[in-house]
Amino acid sequence: MSENTFINYFKNSFLPILSIILIIFAVWYIFTVYLNSSIQIDSYERQKIDWDFSDLVRDTMSQKKPLLPAPHQIVSEMWKTIFMIKITSKKSLIFHSYITLSSTLLGFTIGTILGIILAVSIVENKAMDASLMPWIIASQTIPILAIAPMIIIILNAFGLSGLLPKALISTYLSFFPIAVGMVKGLRSPELSYLDLMHTYNSSRLNIFWKLRLPSSVPYLFASMKVAIAISLVGAIVGELPTGAVAGLGARLLTGSYFGLTIQIWSALVMAAILAGTLIFILNFISRITLKRMGVQE
Amino acid sequence: MNKFQKAQQVIASIMALLALQSSIFYALNYPALFFISLIATIGVIRIYYDFLNSGLFDFLLSIIGMTILMIHVYDSPPNGFWPLLISIWLYGWLAVEKITHEKNIAPFFRKLFFIAVPIFFGVWILFAWEVITIGLNIPMVILPSPSLISIQFVNSLETLWADFVQTFVRAALTGYLIGCGSAFIIAILIDKSLFLRRGLLPIGNFISAIPIVGIAPIMIMWFGFDWQSKAAVVVIMTFFPMLVNTVTGLSVNNPIDRDLLKTYASSYTQSLILMRLPAAAPFIFNALKINSTLALIGAIIAEFFGSPTVGLGFRISVEVGRLNLDMVWAEIVVAAIVGSASYGVISFIEKKVTFWHPSNRSTLEK
Repeated sequence: MSENTFINYFKNSFLPILSIILIIFAVWYIFTVYLNSSIQIDSYERQKIDWDFSDLVRDTMSQKKPLLPAPHQIVSEMWKTIFMIKITSKKSLIFHSYITLSSTLLGFTIGTILGIILAVSIVENKAMDASLMPWIIASQTIPILAIAPMIIIILNAFGLSGLLPKALISTYLSFFPIAVGMVKGLRSPELSYLDLMHTYNSSRLNIFWKLRLPSSVPYLFASMKVAIAISLVGAIVGELPTGAVAGLGARLLTGSYFGLTIQIWSALVMAAILAGTLIFILNFISRITLKRMGVQE
Repeated sequence: MNKFQKAQQVIASIMALLALQSSIFYALNYPALFFISLIATIGVIRIYYDFLNSGLFDFLLSIIGMTILMIHVYDSPPNGFWPLLISIWLYGWLAVEKITHEKNIAPFFRKLFFIAVPIFFGVWILFAWEVITIGLNIPMVILPSPSLISIQFVNSLETLWADFVQTFVRAALTGYLIGCGSAFIIAILIDKSLFLRRGLLPIGNFISAIPIVGIAPIMIMWFGFDWQSKAAVVVIMTFFPMLVNTVTGLSVNNPIDRDLLKTYASSYTQSLILMRLPAAAPFIFNALKINSTLALIGAIIAEFFGSPTVGLGFRISVEVGRLNLDMVWAEIVVAAIVGSASYGVISFIEKKVTFWHPSNRSTLEK
């Protein structure tokens, strides 16, 4: 990277993002003081303490169950639950993230495989295309997350519990973007390429392996990024009805039962970090793969 | 007819033969079942003599077979029932296969066919669901049959209506309108500043990817248990996809159009309304469609964290606890209808507004 592009990157991308983030934090702190002040003033008056504005600002940012915790409270809670507690402990945020992450990844993997199989059968078989495609689209206008608790209870009745039921919800959510993206990708080769393959007298299988599949890879990666974000949502929602045993969803639910706002926020931030990391990793893999395949971005 | 279809027809005939040999002793008790098995068995002969070998015949066979199977399933399923079911299923598939490969069909019938196939497929799923749950005596706790669900649906219309109003009309729709509307306005405001756009787009993209539904418990603390908190969740969920899509759509830049409007000396507002908003319409509608499902999901899930004693999400979580699965499925039917209908309405408006877009012009090119 030459110096010039670096400066450009700094000016065009880093600086604007940083300033927006700073604005968000500033607004957040103002809202922290504003939202928490009424409770704080109440408690001052009950304890008959004299207070001025600087006291109010200090104390609204150190409440135990604030309406809106300040960012530094969330960070310190996360620090405590990530680094100060053993990973195997039930209070460790790493433990809960690991559980959510494992069902996300399992569901995402199954969903990706299912989506690819569906896409291939739709592209290769006309009858499947005519009968399946409308239903795949219709299946997603149904708010499938609403069925999440039921799926989990049904699967529990079959003796399936733990990771798999949650993963299946992620699967249901993630197969759709993959299937639709792959269908688009498998159909993306231009007519002239297909004609060329025909002049070589190549079989359908050959066309598939040497032309259709390679040209669908960019589409596959694009839809995988959507799918992994949505399977994380599925895994978190899947943890809600199981009685809040473990996982980020459970942290959210117990937090909301006991009004532990800092816990809720730290679980939320953790989920955001997970989503960001997963997408970043996928981005990285896709960039390397596409470069290797010689695809121009 | 290709090899695949032939193999399918042979298997279907063998299955029918199985059904025939086990129902032959009961032919007098179940004449309809016997005859349909007989006709289905002839499939092999139809291949070799090419007699009545069109997809239409298979289609009729499948429909009649479904009706007969349906009639017999409610008493204990007779001998040869299950092989016949498989055979009839294969014939249904075969019918679709044959008709899609048929070359000389009038365009009108082809169009009709592509509407009919998904419906046929849906009917088949409902039929298989009904027959399998009833025939195999699957307990209602695991999977209620469609007939039970529809009875429950009709019996509890009042409750369902109340839940629909609470979750969709009050929470989801309000949140959707506020979220999409405010995002649209803000997108137009920040569109003028390149700096803001560069800063907000990546952040908006990131926020659209994180699981925002998790914010529901916090919203419940802020806005109480009633629909306002659910609407707030929906506002936040729908805001960022709309913002990102509108900003991206507004930055679509066609130099020829821009130059033309410049030669007309058009003002900022004129070029916004006449050129840039129409150009952004596909992106905006895309966001509106994504958001229509997101809004319903958000409102339902937010109710899992706490709600008054009404609402789709509330009813689902309560009835699951009571193992009233037929009621749960009735609620899911409501959610499905509402979800598909709102998606359909937006797609319809989209087709009317963005009729010029290549994706809506396909009929011209074909």
